Amino acid sequence: MHIVVCIKQVPDSAQIRVHPVTNTIMRQGVPTIINPYDLFSLEEALRLRDAFGGKVTVLTMGPPMAEDSLRKALGIGADDAVLLTDRFFAGSDTLATSFALATAIQKIMETEPVDMVFAGKQTIDGDTAQVGPGICCRLGMQQLTYVQKVESVDPAKREIVVHRRSEGGVQVLKTSLPCMITMLEGTNQIRYGTMDDMFRAARADVRVWSAAAAGIEDMTRCGLRGSPTVVKKVFAPKARAQKARPVDGEGAEALAAAAIEAIFASQPKLESDLLKQSAGY
Amino acid sequence: MSADNKPASSRAGMKKQLPEKFINYKHVWVFVELERGEVHPVSWELLGEGRKLADKLGVQLAGVVMGPPAATTRAAVEGSYRYGADTVYLMEDPLLTDYRNEPFTKAMTDLVNTYQPEILLLGATTLGRDLAGSVATTLATGLTADCTELAIDDEGSLAATRPTFGGSLLCTIHTLNFRPQMATIRPRVMAMPEGKDGEVSGGLIEVPLNMKEDDVITKILDFIADNTTNKAQLAYADVVVAGGMGLGKPENFKLVKDLAEVLGAEYGGSRPLVQKGWIDSDRQIGQTGKTIRPKLYIAAGISGAIQHRVGVEGADLILAINTDPNAPIMDFAHLAIIGDAMTILPALTEAFRKRLSVNRMAG
Repeated sequence: MHIVVCIKQVPDSAQIRVHPVTNTIMRQGVPTIINPYDLFSLEEALRLRDAFGGKVTVLTMGPPMAEDSLRKALGIGADDAVLLTDRFFAGSDTLATSFALATAIQKIMETEPVDMVFAGKQTIDGDTAQVGPGICCRLGMQQLTYVQKVESVDPAKREIVVHRRSEGGVQVLKTSLPCMITMLEGTNQIRYGTMDDMFRAARADVRVWSAAAAGIEDMTRCGLRGSPTVVKKVFAPKARAQKARPVDGEGAEALAAAAIEAIFASQPKLESDLLKQSAGY
Repeated sequence: MSADNKPASSRAGMKKQLPEKFINYKHVWVFVELERGEVHPVSWELLGEGRKLADKLGVQLAGVVMGPPAATTRAAVEGSYRYGADTVYLMEDPLLTDYRNEPFTKAMTDLVNTYQPEILLLGATTLGRDLAGSVATTLATGLTADCTELAIDDEGSLAATRPTFGGSLLCTIHTLNFRPQMATIRPRVMAMPEGKDGEVSGGLIEVPLNMKEDDVITKILDFIADNTTNKAQLAYADVVVAGGMGLGKPENFKLVKDLAEVLGAEYGGSRPLVQKGWIDSDRQIGQTGKTIRPKLYIAAGISGAIQHRVGVEGADLILAINTDPNAPIMDFAHLAIIGDAMTILPALTEAFRKRLSVNRMAG
């Protein structure tokens, strides 16, 4: 079984700060991480490889430093890695990104078949959840998002059964390979690599592909030119004219009492609703 | 998506130059999400928002209903008129009984290619996000996810605003030269519109799906309903209490639950708590969690990043409990207690308990 896992190197958004004067993102010095949602998909792919034999290839589209993420993934246990990097990709939105990644996966398929593609549910910097479905659609694979559990795989029949999170419950779906899966967070726990994995990761040859090497011929479908969506404005939210009014009081009891007075003064109906509720009506 | 510091005018593709083939794309469509006989309320919220966009553009608002041949599907059509649709595009077919990506993607893309809307809105639910990505890619058009605000600009383009960079800033995104302009919006971000009273009606365009079960590769083996007894009902709760990293350790989250219990409220937490496993992901409050619109929201030890802010801004009254008087949450909360959540929460719990206790001897 050959599984391709798409990952993305993202800034650790918990540590991003906005410059207080220029209102721009201060990117210097913000550490990068593998998009946390990707790790659940990577772990599931590794588990399937362990169960059925085969190989996991990690693929990412990014600037040259994205190679760090691929090496981290190799250190966790992935077998092979491909870095798709080219200045033509700059400014890609999700449509242009799925185009590039899908083309690269088709390139991989020229030398070895691909049975499944895994991607993260969404990224912490873009949050769109669109690239996985976009890749799936372009490759004509079966789309399985929000997967909570891979119930079974039958490599001979080329069938897979999954539990997919839906509103109000779980769908049990059966489909054929090849398929694209995004895993829900919290469904597994990413493993630590073995010492062998880490040595291998340090020495591994990561394949580095330009757009041309990946088989992309039409550069107008990449980067800014290949992106139907355009960011016209980036701005800080307007601060409300009045900041929050601090309540007065010495000590927790006094502060609590003052807060409750203020709440009910501004929302008298709330007090009567809560009293009714408390009385059991 | 990369946003650098160059001014807008210097970047390629920033001008509206709509190709000939898209000039006649008109009207605003809203996907009416119907599952197991019920319409997800986000569909009505989007019809309310869609109405404003259609009015600004001077065009029609349409609901798109896909479902099995059943009374509940017809009820979804009627609901669409009630919440503002001028017309409904209806695909009724047994293949559309339960959601699967293949038939729903074919249904939507066929409708779009035939009737050519300029704007298509979907709720950012698990179904909506699964569907939107494949529809946008098939149509090779732009899709902006999890928008917190929609508007029409001076050139008649959809301006879709959403948080970016982990929630530090907001950005406004356009799909200038492709159609339809697609956007997903999370439940509760837009207000529920007033439904029309009495009899309602509108235009109806019924279209066949033209697909056979054998064409559909994915099969549904079962549906396992959730046990709803302990499930979070945050989206529609009137009072919500939440905790953030200021709580210090997972054991302290109990203080949040205690206060919630006295108030008969729902409880939740900010994203870092979910990532650390202190609470379940269905209790996450914020842009990528639940958007809430309670009458009272109490946030303890939450700093107030934009990501959290956009999930709670619709609350009538926000009380922030924080040791930092300059935390970002102070920019959008109404009241503040500057203090340690560990002492303030129990004090509030006790004070509310006394205030709300009722003499049950009263008739």
